[in-house]
Amino acid sequence: MADDKILADIKKAIADNAIVLFVKGTKDEPRCGFSARTIGVFKEIGKPFEVVDVLPDPRIRETLSSYSNWPTIPQVFIKGKFVGGCDIVAEMFQDGELKTLVEEAFKP
Amino acid sequence: MTAHGGGEITPQEIARRIEQALPGARAEVSGADAHFSATIVSEAFAGKSRIEQHQMIYALFKEEMSAQSIHALALRTLTPEQSGKRGGRPS
Repeated sequence: MADDKILADIKKAIADNAIVLFVKGTKDEPRCGFSARTIGVFKEIGKPFEVVDVLPDPRIRETLSSYSNWPTIPQVFIKGKFVGGCDIVAEMFQDGELKTLVEEAFKP
Repeated sequence: MTAHGGGEITPQEIARRIEQALPGARAEVSGADAHFSATIVSEAFAGKSRIEQHQMIYALFKEEMSAQSIHALALRTLTPEQSGKRGGRPS
């Protein structure tokens, strides 16, 4: 897979899904505690969200990080916009901000 | 700068680098084994979004993070005003 195809796939995942999480592992089998925690937050909110596993090819993570200017995984995008990683999402969940953002993303 | 090749970075070193890069900042860092957690209070965060605040800190450890000598750096970033209000705990 060429590198520009990787970037195109990342952009497509972000554009096509109201909520997309780039994580290590899958929704049901996260392979990192930070990814697990972030997936847990979105499961609790209960709206549909897509998950992209970065582990199969190290270039996914490299390409994503240079695209988003964010070094760590997980990374959360809502409505095409980068929202943050594990800490920011957890903080936003705690103060209710995340739920509002998610609900807005699903407004017709 | 590649002072740290093999994953030997300490919380003290992380705190020192943050305080050096953001004059007047106070950083409390804990953790070990490439997983760290930092609370940073600095004027430099004023008027910036949380993403921007975290990006400022991550930028200081770009090499360590891509080399995985820092696998995780959990951040709480506060301005001095926020730190006074919240007393250092999430509200």
